[in-house]
Amino acid sequence: MDPLSWGEIIARVMAQLTPVWIALVLLFVVSILFKRRLGLYGKLFDSMIGMIGFALVMFWVFTGLFGAMGLIVTHDSLAQIASMKNKVPGTAILGVEEGIYPYYLLGGDNLGRDVFSRMVDGAWVVMQIAPLATVFAFMVGITLGLPAGYYGGRLDTGLSFLANLILAFPVILLFYLLVTPEIIATGIPNYMATFLFIFPLVFAAVLLNSRYHTRPSLRTPLLIGVLGVLGWLYLSLVSEVGSKVHILPGFADLFDVPSGILVVFVSVVFVNSPTVFRIVRGLTMDIKTRDYVAAAATRGEGPWYIMLWEILPNARGPLIVDFCLRIGYTTILLGTLGFFGLGLPPESPDWGTTINDGRRLLRIYLHPALVPAFSLLSLVLGLNLLADGLREESLRD
Amino acid sequence: MGLFILRRVWVMLLTALCLTFIVFFLTNLYPNLEKLAKSEGNFRMTDEQVDSWLSNRGYTDNVFSKYGQWLGVLPGYVIEGSDGETRARCAIPGEPVEDAATFCGVLQGNWGSSTVFKVPVLDKVGESLALTGKLMFWVLVVMVPSALLLGVLAGMREGSATDRSLSTIAITTTATPEYVSGVILIAVFASSTAGLQWFKATAASAMEDANFENFFLPVLTIALYGMGYIARMTRASMAEVMTAQYIRTARLKGVSFGNIVMKHALRNALIAPFTVIMLQFPWLLNGVVIVETLFNYKGFGWTLVQAAGNNDIELLLGVSVVSVFVVLITQLISDIGYVYLNPRISVS
Repeated sequence: MDPLSWGEIIARVMAQLTPVWIALVLLFVVSILFKRRLGLYGKLFDSMIGMIGFALVMFWVFTGLFGAMGLIVTHDSLAQIASMKNKVPGTAILGVEEGIYPYYLLGGDNLGRDVFSRMVDGAWVVMQIAPLATVFAFMVGITLGLPAGYYGGRLDTGLSFLANLILAFPVILLFYLLVTPEIIATGIPNYMATFLFIFPLVFAAVLLNSRYHTRPSLRTPLLIGVLGVLGWLYLSLVSEVGSKVHILPGFADLFDVPSGILVVFVSVVFVNSPTVFRIVRGLTMDIKTRDYVAAAATRGEGPWYIMLWEILPNARGPLIVDFCLRIGYTTILLGTLGFFGLGLPPESPDWGTTINDGRRLLRIYLHPALVPAFSLLSLVLGLNLLADGLREESLRD
Repeated sequence: MGLFILRRVWVMLLTALCLTFIVFFLTNLYPNLEKLAKSEGNFRMTDEQVDSWLSNRGYTDNVFSKYGQWLGVLPGYVIEGSDGETRARCAIPGEPVEDAATFCGVLQGNWGSSTVFKVPVLDKVGESLALTGKLMFWVLVVMVPSALLLGVLAGMREGSATDRSLSTIAITTTATPEYVSGVILIAVFASSTAGLQWFKATAASAMEDANFENFFLPVLTIALYGMGYIARMTRASMAEVMTAQYIRTARLKGVSFGNIVMKHALRNALIAPFTVIMLQFPWLLNGVVIVETLFNYKGFGWTLVQAAGNNDIELLLGVSVVSVFVVLITQLISDIGYVYLNPRISVS
């Protein structure tokens, strides 16, 4: 078979991405129809920049999701076909069997794997780690930043010192120190995971208790239910059969996180949380002087109620904007880890690892490195534009 | 002001102590030491041999005493080993152990020697810092003026078409990490496939003889990432200044737009970017590691990767000390500079 021309490649890639286009169009039509009833999310559709950013982000979210469901990928992202090494985009596979996609749409890499499928699977790796790691970093930052800003004094000095300590570390040095097989063998990342991942539990417990502690009949069952579910998830996440932290027996363990992924997760949360802490602390110090905080204190509300139900909701604007930016930053960090071959397995399809593989032959074969490079660029750009649009719209009212 | 600086320096030293201790602790964990023993001694050592190799060289002390010795505030070990040989931390090879100094640590200028490069750590760090200094100098020369120009042009008429397009450029460069922009730049300007072989894809020859052809791509790669951020800060600062009362007064007096920007607005708009530029240094350090690896330029970042990848404990410690101090000192300068430049903030 003849290789495809560029026009045919584009047409076939577009066809392969059909589920993504359908989902995107549906999402936009529904959102624009109901945008007046959707609050800040709806206002996003008034700003061109915000809409472009949102479209870019959702494109990769849908690509990752549908890719994981097997709707988009043309080949197994780990399967190697020897005759396809470093082949240019659109090359036909020789002697292809019935039922296998007959082309490598975006070419083959240095081991003969399909670049297009690896790009789609790489999106899924990012979607699994980056948003969740950012949520954890926010939980840690909020749970520590609120009291530091609200109480001030010794607590603030101590926590700020710790945050500055982590911030003064060059990120790559920290990664090299945390994400080596020797350090993983000592179990330090597992202990750090045990410590860092408890913050969502603390956050949920304090959040609900401060609101409902006057109504014990509602509070007690609610807390038991929520903490039970979160606690089980927490234990399944940190406890791993055969690692240093082994609390749950194997049958009760809901899911297995490969130790490499867990370490990557921990280090990304660890690097991000001090910055979130500083932002939350600054916002709290600003908001605690407002009248409604004084009114709540006069009403006799406890300090945690004021922090979580008065101050935090009023700090949401800047925090949502920072959340978008931080997912982008986390994506960059993940790429950095992959680029240095830290943590993730060497055959992993994530974009950083793929760029690192591709750059060795970059002067001759461009496509294996350029495809993931542009994917990462467009996702992070989308998140930045989205944050910009949100900032503009939230400042408007 | 003096008290403020004194307090900042004290906090900085405390931070540096804590950070170096953390690095020391993490690099001196047992699995790392075991690997060191096997690579320095013999790969087929049994566990007992590894233990005696380590204890003969003072590695099995507790971590605080080892840290004190490394820092040079505790006397270095003198151990009569299980093989009958007496070793001292401060002994100079070829001289008797009895003549060794009591203290020999980082404070005395003894940074140990690199197991990978077989040279003293201090020499290797100094040599690579000089190379990175050259890179950083050109990065700043490219980055700062272009970022300020971009920011001022975008900020002087907020919301105009110029502003929109320049801001989009700034956002795009901040969304492009070095390993992406480097790859794209090499693909476009240095590959044989794209045809434009204007520059070289490696900066290895730039270490002795840097010229436009072999040094421009690494410099541009680092500068691009930092540039967008500084430009956005400058834009915000400039846009704020342009709405101030005295600018309106100047316009009403009939001063031309160019004169307002050059003579009235610019100076006040440049206060905020100064601190941002200083705070960019830790980020630049990150970029340096990536770019030096990508372009094979054997500077500080490249040394860091080599030391960390090859379990070269003393070199890694030396590199960490230097990078931690670089970050802390730039933070100090930016704090002091901010107070100094901005008359509205007073610390006393």
